[in-house]
This record gives sequence, structure tokens and C-alpha cells, in this order.
Amino acid sequence: METTIVNNDFKSEEYFINMGPQHPATHGVLRLLLTIDGEIIKKVEPDLGYIHRSIEKMCERDSYQQIVHLTDRMDYLSSHINNEAVCLAVENALQLEIPERVKVIRTIIDELTRIASHTLWWGVMGMDVGALTTYFYGFRDRELINDIFEETCGARLTMNYNIPGGLMYDIHPNFVKRVKSFIAHFKTKLPEYDSLLTGNVIFQKRTKGVGILTKADAISFGASGPVGRGSGYSCDVRKHHPYSALDKVPFNEALQTEGDSFARYLVRIQEMWESMSIIEQLIDNIPEGDYNVPTNAVIKLPKGEFYQRVETARGELGVYIISTGTKNPYRLKFRSPGFSNLSLLNHIAVGGKIGDLVATMATLDLVIPDIDR
Amino acid sequence: MSYFSEIYNGIKTLLTGMGVTGKYFLHSRKGAITQQYPDNRDTLKMFDRFRGEVVMPHDENNEHRCTGCQKCEIACPNGTIEIIWDRAIEEETGKKKKIIDKHIYHLGMCTMCGLCIEACPTDAIKWAQNFENSVYDRTQLTRVLNKPGSKVKAGVED
Amino acid sequence: MHISLNSSNIIFGWLLNFMPATAVGIIEMVLIALAYLTLFAVLGLYLVLMERKVAAWFQLRIGPNRVGFQGLLQTMADALKLVSKELTGTVKADKFLYNLAPYFVIISSLMALAVFPFTKNLQAFDINIGIFFLIAISSVGVIGILLGGWSSNNKFALIGAMRSGVQTISYELSIGLSLLTMILITGSLQLSEIIEVQKNGWLILQGHIPAIIAFMIYMIAGTAETNRAPFDMAEAESELGAGFHTEYSGMKFAYFFLAEFINMFIIAAIATTVFFGGWLSPFGITESIPWLGIFWFLAKTFVLVFLMMWFRWTFPRLRIDQLLTLEWKYLLPINLVNIVIMAVIVWLNLTIQY
Repeated sequence: METTIVNNDFKSEEYFINMGPQHPATHGVLRLLLTIDGEIIKKVEPDLGYIHRSIEKMCERDSYQQIVHLTDRMDYLSSHINNEAVCLAVENALQLEIPERVKVIRTIIDELTRIASHTLWWGVMGMDVGALTTYFYGFRDRELINDIFEETCGARLTMNYNIPGGLMYDIHPNFVKRVKSFIAHFKTKLPEYDSLLTGNVIFQKRTKGVGILTKADAISFGASGPVGRGSGYSCDVRKHHPYSALDKVPFNEALQTEGDSFARYLVRIQEMWESMSIIEQLIDNIPEGDYNVPTNAVIKLPKGEFYQRVETARGELGVYIISTGTKNPYRLKFRSPGFSNLSLLNHIAVGGKIGDLVATMATLDLVIPDIDR
Repeated sequence: MSYFSEIYNGIKTLLTGMGVTGKYFLHSRKGAITQQYPDNRDTLKMFDRFRGEVVMPHDENNEHRCTGCQKCEIACPNGTIEIIWDRAIEEETGKKKKIIDKHIYHLGMCTMCGLCIEACPTDAIKWAQNFENSVYDRTQLTRVLNKPGSKVKAGVED
Repeated sequence: MHISLNSSNIIFGWLLNFMPATAVGIIEMVLIALAYLTLFAVLGLYLVLMERKVAAWFQLRIGPNRVGFQGLLQTMADALKLVSKELTGTVKADKFLYNLAPYFVIISSLMALAVFPFTKNLQAFDINIGIFFLIAISSVGVIGILLGGWSSNNKFALIGAMRSGVQTISYELSIGLSLLTMILITGSLQLSEIIEVQKNGWLILQGHIPAIIAFMIYMIAGTAETNRAPFDMAEAESELGAGFHTEYSGMKFAYFFLAEFINMFIIAAIATTVFFGGWLSPFGITESIPWLGIFWFLAKTFVLVFLMMWFRWTFPRLRIDQLLTLEWKYLLPINLVNIVIMAVIVWLNLTIQY
């Protein structure tokens, strides 16, 4: 990207700094080209491509069953939800009738994934603003969810538990017991998160009024997930376009209107409570039935275009499939939440300090493989 | 006055935070969440569904269940499984029959998606729970799953 | 130079029998300097170990437990590793200043260590402007940080160094003023005399409310002075990578690292001396055994060091402008008012003595 490195329109006081691709605050391989005047950010240019694996192109090569496991590697913190997006798209295209049991299990694991992702985010958020201990407390709780996943799905992160037509295998006999004990444990720990970080005066000073995103901007940048909802933009796909068992469960959409980093933080904390309530409503009455409906070994989608949106932990993930009737998609496009959320970084970080940029970036909760794919 | 209440509230929130970490400090003796990994090898047991690597179980007569149908090879998204097969003439009936020569598994390319095991019609391959797969030379990651001299169990094809 | 080590006086008095006084003086100085250097190294290494252990216990971890019994030799092993590492640097660095910077930092903390009375008579250098000397010396260290950040030709290091400069200049004021508040009671800058005064009750009790306020301000400012979280703007690893010592490696990095921990010890030791009666035992319970003074001094100091570690592992980091707001809008005005209150209390003899 020679466009940005040679930059001749500096004012004399401004200088250029290269944040990333190896930088503790960029959580992976995001490279930010910062133009700074002293401590004040003048311009932020994200430079992508360091972890591009051409997942969309690989999808054109693979069969529909094989595509699912590639989505694990996009937003790896909500891999189950990504899998579900592809599966739902394929199932809708085939007009399969999915058993209720599958829908409920999928929703429970979705919400567990969301909590796992948010606990990790919470730990890292604390670390980005300088409170290192939060990281371990967040991981402690996430580890319990990972154990549940490992027991039922066989893997902790890249689970690949969904297949078109249902689930790969039935839930483990211990699943319900473990989920219940996790919810009981997490209910005591989440208030601790508040007393350790949310209430902390330094944390509030660091995040309140920082990185303000107005509702209009959120909509025009295509922000989704907690970033959009922190600005008062009601964009929860689970609420507006319910999928799986979500239409049967009452829950509140976490909304804040301030649009600053603290609002985005509160949205995520609130979402963890909501996810817990969704799980609690579903866990006791998982209906009996099959864990998948048999599909053909070679799935051929009818000719046409199919779109499915789901709410991952980061926002709206869209899967857009163009099929020509063969066993591979002609084109498969992912609308990833991280990409749109990253695009507004320059808009909200300019004028802040370097510390503000880090705090803002933490509340955007970027997962770089999701952006680069 | 808001100046002083701000200071008071600030100090109060800071002390609340210190209370949380202080509580964990006092209970640190029993509360470590980390594992002392190489030391607890003997007691560390993975869940029975854990996807460690693909193995092909053999029974005591050195017989496996793989018929060489290649469904796993087709299901694999990464070309992890290669089956080298041959045709042999069955002695009793004199019919030609497909048998595997080598069932090659490239662990280095495997993404542990589990599609091969789902695809297998005869349950010939399954997951092993070992996770210590690091080697010094990547050629060691290429494994032949069927043991030398092994043959398919009678009656699996039916 | 007042060498007041009793036992050493006997040895040096004996040496004086066959050597000229100048030679004995030089030997004296070298030996004491070596003793302090050893103390410095051991103290630094074990403070690092303590920090790692304390951090681990806060964070539900176990901490270093492999090298030696319960990991007691871990930091020794780390130091050996750092000694054996290659010293790297950037191509266009200002080589002279780049190499000089770590020594500035480490020498200033070593000098500060010399004036502390570890117990009665165990003090290398009982200067009559002790507190003033400590404040002055602790400001020298920041020059090393500024030099290191500036000369290593790295923008992150430069930002870190500038932040550190801003921070130290501001918080020097609060440190000085909060100590000055206590000087109003003692009426002396000499550390041994400050401790003498506290035989009638530690200064934090004698000065009650204003003393407690002064202590809180001192701890906040002292944490800021040592560049530790929540004021670790100069390092701020999530913002600047490693801040001013980004480009340092091996032993030069270790100097910065050790100096940070020694500075933490120094800040805690000043607080012990000025607020908590130095080597005096609580209520004089072990007054008859003078050497226990070392124990009391170190115990009090390590409690305060632990407090600073507790801060570090609990609080998020402040932003640079909030750091300055805290100093200039909160600590400094409160401090000035506090001095007046203390003056009134001393004038009206309202101090608590027993």
C-alpha cells in the first residue's frame, strides 16, 4: 500500500506513526497508520491484508458441508454463530424443516458463544486501558464455557458443530448440568466485573465521552452489533429477524443512547445478562427429537441467490450465496460486522489522544481475521 | 461541593475495585485457575469427544473396518486424507474387490472439522484424544493409519 | 561524610593503625558502596519476584515456582539470561546518550538508597537535608528516561519519554509538598531526626487528619513518580509497546527495569520514614533490641510496596491529560490547603502525642 506510506501533506508539527501489525493494542495483525500531532490523533488509516486467507474464494471450491468449517476461522470468537449462518442459508435454500431440538440447542450454544466472546472482550478491554487483572478474570469464566463446548462439540474454539440440516451429533449428557452450573457461577461473577471495572472512576473517565458515534453515523457506516446499539441504533438481528429458537424467547435488546465508548461497554455487559436469561429460559425445556435431518451427501442448492443474516457477538453477519445449481456456490460473500465497525474508527478516533484510540478500538471489539477473511 | 463529592465517589469506586482483587488475593491459595501442564499429564484427561487426531482402530487380529470407499477423502476440505487402494480377488467368490493399500492422513493439514468421521459409513476412523502432536520434522505428521499387514474385517462391507 | 555504622567504625579504627586516614577513608567508601550495590541488586531482584508473585495471586495464577524452592531463584535466572543477551540498538541512535541513559536511572536510585536509616546507626550517609536530597535525587532519574527515549530514535520511545517528563515534573510538586506538610511537625529535614521525633507516636498519628491526607497524596504522587500503573504513561504497553525502553535490550533494559523497582522501594521507604516511624517498632515493643529496627523498617516498607502493587494490578491506566488534571486540579490545591491546616495544627499544638 504505497498510498499511505509516502505522505507529503504533513503539517510541520505532525508526524506519522505505525501502530501494528505487531502492537499489543491491535489484537492481532491490524496495522494502523496514525498521523499524530503530539498526542492528538489527526488521522487513522487501517491497513488490512496481513491475515487474508481468501476464505470467500475457498468457499467457491468447497461443497456446502465443507464451507461451514471455514467460517470457524473468520470470527473465531463466535465460530458457532458463523457456522449457523451458513447452515441456515443452506437450509433455507433447500427448504428443510429443522427439528425444534436443533433450533433450541443452536440458540443455547449461540448465546454461550456470545457470553464467551464478551467475557474475553471484557478482559481485553480492561487490559487495553491498563487493568491487567481483568484479563484473567474474564478468561476464568470463558474457560468454563469452553469446557462445555469441548465436551459437546469436541473443540474449544473452532467447533464446527453445525452441519446443514442440524447438528453433527447430539448434545453430551452432561451439557444441561454444566450449562446450569455455569449460569449459577457467572451470576455471581458478573457483578464483580462491575465493581472491578465498570464502576471504577478511572475507567469511566477513560471511556465516557470518548469515541462518540452518533446514531446517524452508526447507520451510515453500517455499524451493527453492540457498536450500533451503543449509539441507540436498534439493530439486533435476533430481535428484528429472529432465527432458530429466538422468536419464542422474550428478551430485551441492550440499547444505550450516548454513543461513546462507555455506552458500547455497557451494551456488552447488558448483553451478557440477556444471553444468560435466554439460556435460562431454554435450558430446561430442550424438546426431544432428532438432532439433524438427513441431507444428501452432495448438497445442490437450487439456482438463485440466498441471504441469511445472524447476530454474532460483534454484530450482523450476512451470508450471501449465489448458486447456479451445482454442488459449489458460484459466489459466496460474507458481510462481516468487524469490517464495517473498523471503517468508522477514523471517524470517531480523530481528535482524541493515543490512549483514547486504544480505548475506542477496544470497545469496537475487532477480530482481525473476521475483517480480512 | 461537587468537587469534593467527586473525590469521595472516586475514592470509593477505587476501593471497591481493590476489594475485589484483594478478595482474590486472600483466597489465592485455593483459587488458582491455571494448570501446571507438563506436571499434570497423568491426571489430565480430555473429554471423550475431543478432536485430537484421526486414528483407525484395529482389533486384536490386526483387522480394521475400512473398505476403501473414499468417502472420507471426498468429504475432507483440505486434502488431508489420501487413500491408495488396489483391487484384489476374493478367494471364495473370485470377485474383484476394492481394498486399501494405504490410508494416509496428513495431520499437518487437518483442521479437525470432523467431516471425514461423519462421512465414514463403516466407522473405520475415529477421533483420538491425544493433543501432544508437535514433532521436529513435518514429515512425521504424515501418518499411515492402517497398520502394515492389516486387512479389512470380514463382513464390514455388508 | 558521616559514616555512622558502629561495627564498621571498629574495623576502620583498627585499619587506621597502619594506614593514612585518606586511604582508610577511600577503603571505607568503596566497601560501603559495594555493600549497597549488593543490597541494591538483591533487593531489586526480589522485588521483581515479589511483584510477580503478588500479581499472580491477584490474578488467580500460581506465579513463578520452577527455579529454586517456590521459584525463589527465578529472578536470578532471569538476570543471568539478561546478562547473556545481545545488546541491540537502532542504527541512527545517538550512541553516547543511548548508552548513558540506563546509568543515569540506576545511579540516581542507588544514591537515594544511601540516606535511609535502616535502623539506628545503620545509615551510610546521614545528611542534614535528607528529605531534600531524596526529592532532588529522585528527579535526576527522569533525565535518564528522557535521554533514553530521545536518543533511541523511535517514535514510541520518544512519546513515552515526553510523557514521563511531563508526569515527573508535575508530580514532583505533590511529593515535595506532601513531605513538606510533615516537615512542619518534625522541624527537621534530617532523616534520623525525623525518626527521633516519632518516638512519641508516628507522624501519621501525630498529624492525624492532614497527615492522612498528606499520606494519600504522597502515595498517589509516589506511584506516579515511579512510572507505575495506574500512572505508567511512559511505558503504557497497550499504547506505546514498551514506551521509553522499547529499543533497549539485555542488561541495559534490566537497568531500567531494576531501577523502577528500586524506585518503588525508595518511595515506600520515604513514606515509612516520614509517616510510619521508620525503624521504630509499634508502641516501642522491641525497643530493647535495636537490630530489630531493620525488621520493622523493611516490614513497613514492604507493606507499602504491596499497596503499590495492589494499585497496579487493580486500576486501569489514566490518560495523559487526566493525569495532569489529577495533579493540577486535585492534588496540588488540596495539598496547599493541607499545608495551611497542618501549620495551624502545629501552631495550636493540636498534634496527638503520647
